[in-house]
Amino acid sequence: MHSYLEFEKPVADLEGQIQELRALAEKGEAVDVKDEIEKLEAKSALALTDLYLKLTPWQKTQVARHPDRPHFVDYVAALVEDFTPLAGDRTFGEDAAIVGGFGRIAGQPVAVIGHEKGSDTASRLTHNFGMAKPEGYRKAVRIMELAERFGLPVVSLVDTAGAYPGIGAEERGQAEAIARSTDACLGLGVPNVAVIIGEGGSGGAIAIAAANRVYMLEHAIYSVISPEGAASILWRDSARAQDAATGMKITAQDLLKFKVIDGIVPEPVGGAHRAPEKVMAATGEVIVRALGELAPLSADELRNARFDKFLAIGRNL
Amino acid sequence: MNWLTNVVRPKIKSLLTKKEVPENLWIKCPETGEMVFHRDLEANQFVVPSSGYHMRMPAKMRLDTLFDGGKWEAIALPTVTPDPLRFRDERRYSDRIRDARAKTGKEDAVQVGHGTLDGLAVTAAVQDFEFMGGSLGMAAGEAIVTGLTTARERGTPFVLFVASGGARMQEGILSLMQMPRTTVAVQALRRAGLPYFVVLTNPTTGGVTASYAMLGDVHIAEPGALIGFAGPRVIEQTIREKLPEGFQRSEYLYDHGMVDMVVHRHQIRATLSRLAHLFMKKPAPEKPGTALAVA
Repeated sequence: MHSYLEFEKPVADLEGQIQELRALAEKGEAVDVKDEIEKLEAKSALALTDLYLKLTPWQKTQVARHPDRPHFVDYVAALVEDFTPLAGDRTFGEDAAIVGGFGRIAGQPVAVIGHEKGSDTASRLTHNFGMAKPEGYRKAVRIMELAERFGLPVVSLVDTAGAYPGIGAEERGQAEAIARSTDACLGLGVPNVAVIIGEGGSGGAIAIAAANRVYMLEHAIYSVISPEGAASILWRDSARAQDAATGMKITAQDLLKFKVIDGIVPEPVGGAHRAPEKVMAATGEVIVRALGELAPLSADELRNARFDKFLAIGRNL
Repeated sequence: MNWLTNVVRPKIKSLLTKKEVPENLWIKCPETGEMVFHRDLEANQFVVPSSGYHMRMPAKMRLDTLFDGGKWEAIALPTVTPDPLRFRDERRYSDRIRDARAKTGKEDAVQVGHGTLDGLAVTAAVQDFEFMGGSLGMAAGEAIVTGLTTARERGTPFVLFVASGGARMQEGILSLMQMPRTTVAVQALRRAGLPYFVVLTNPTTGGVTASYAMLGDVHIAEPGALIGFAGPRVIEQTIREKLPEGFQRSEYLYDHGMVDMVVHRHQIRATLSRLAHLFMKKPAPEKPGTALAVA
């Protein structure tokens, strides 16, 4: 049973009717429900397809944040063999909002870094809802430096509402940690590939997403500030988040048009959470293909390609 | 607002007084409430003489006081696609930009100049809070990139005076992309073996702090400046607690190892000159850091 988003109510209603009919059929109370169920199923599938064909940016925001959406740990389980997470920034502490380590993707040893939001109350608290503190970014830098030293590519999976705004985070230099992490990404002498799998929230996202190749899932969002944040600052009314989501152009389709990203990983009808294995496999294919394309480049070529790529953004709109 | 404050004054009076009297003849010190005559404030580089409070300083004066004889070459900045998202909130972004340009007489938030500092060639940029809160959009990002590139091509140190509320939300993702774009330019300067000095002024927050403003080789902060990633209000709303006294101020950042020094505005020129000469392996200038008196 899926948890439905508000805009999915028509589909939820149809699915509810189907469930009821099934229950009746099992009790033997209704005789000829098979046809009816099939009709309803077709109707429900059509309704879902219709909805997902024309998702608004605000609806996409909700899909990108869906609690059942596959998260970093799911991708690692599906795509990375021998995954060995590392912990700590060697300066202050361990921050589980960013998980990172080494493993194999399609047999090739790589470093993998990503935000983990958690999937139930306990794990959400452990991972601080995917909102990293300075030590998380400094751990990411540590892993990137190790990757570079051992000549291993870096794969980032981005899924965060943003870096954590708190006293401790500021005290330990949140801004500097993010700046250094972006700096580390851009300076890598090994290939890096980033995929925005859910939310790409501002500086907290770019810190691990300044890569040779950047992809987004079809219904992922990537934005300078959350729609709610923009609404409360620009409209002085957080209820205008819908307008902010539309105005800021945060969807994968918009970002591809602006040439900010290199490609889109398609999601099944109804979003990644309706067929996680399919989405994760498709993401894996995109990563492997990109790493293959980048493999022949030397350290300097990789850096220069990254420099050129980012400097070109916005120059030809 | 009540009817008393809405009274329309006789037109002839405003005509007579407008020319000679700037809007604020007397300026209030935000710290002590003391009233300071604007000319005294200007002569003191916008530091309140009695309290030492550092007020905002006009961008042009920053460059005038930095370079020898107040002389510098304005570096031409690239034009960018205006209003790429065709954004509007309560107002159109294009209208906001037009108003900001009319109000400040500037194209955007960042200006770049080239000149000498005690004889040593230096490239400098000022990010001006007066222009839409010094926010980082495509124009400001290109200006920072241009400043860093000019420094690299001319083989000079790069000095940045920064004040900014952060990213310019009205430019969406293209504003966020200025973080990696400017970082790329910082790396290029670094690879060329040239120093990058950041002077953090009040206030510097958000995506600007989280990119090029925290990537300097030396970080100098003006006293009492607000410097951080998240704004104090956002943090208060998140943790539902009052913030400690002095939180995110220059002195706090110094105590927490994020800036190298907190320097009074009057000594910033001398400090930059000393550092630039040391890093560029040049002999000490004869009279280091004689601040130019600004009329």
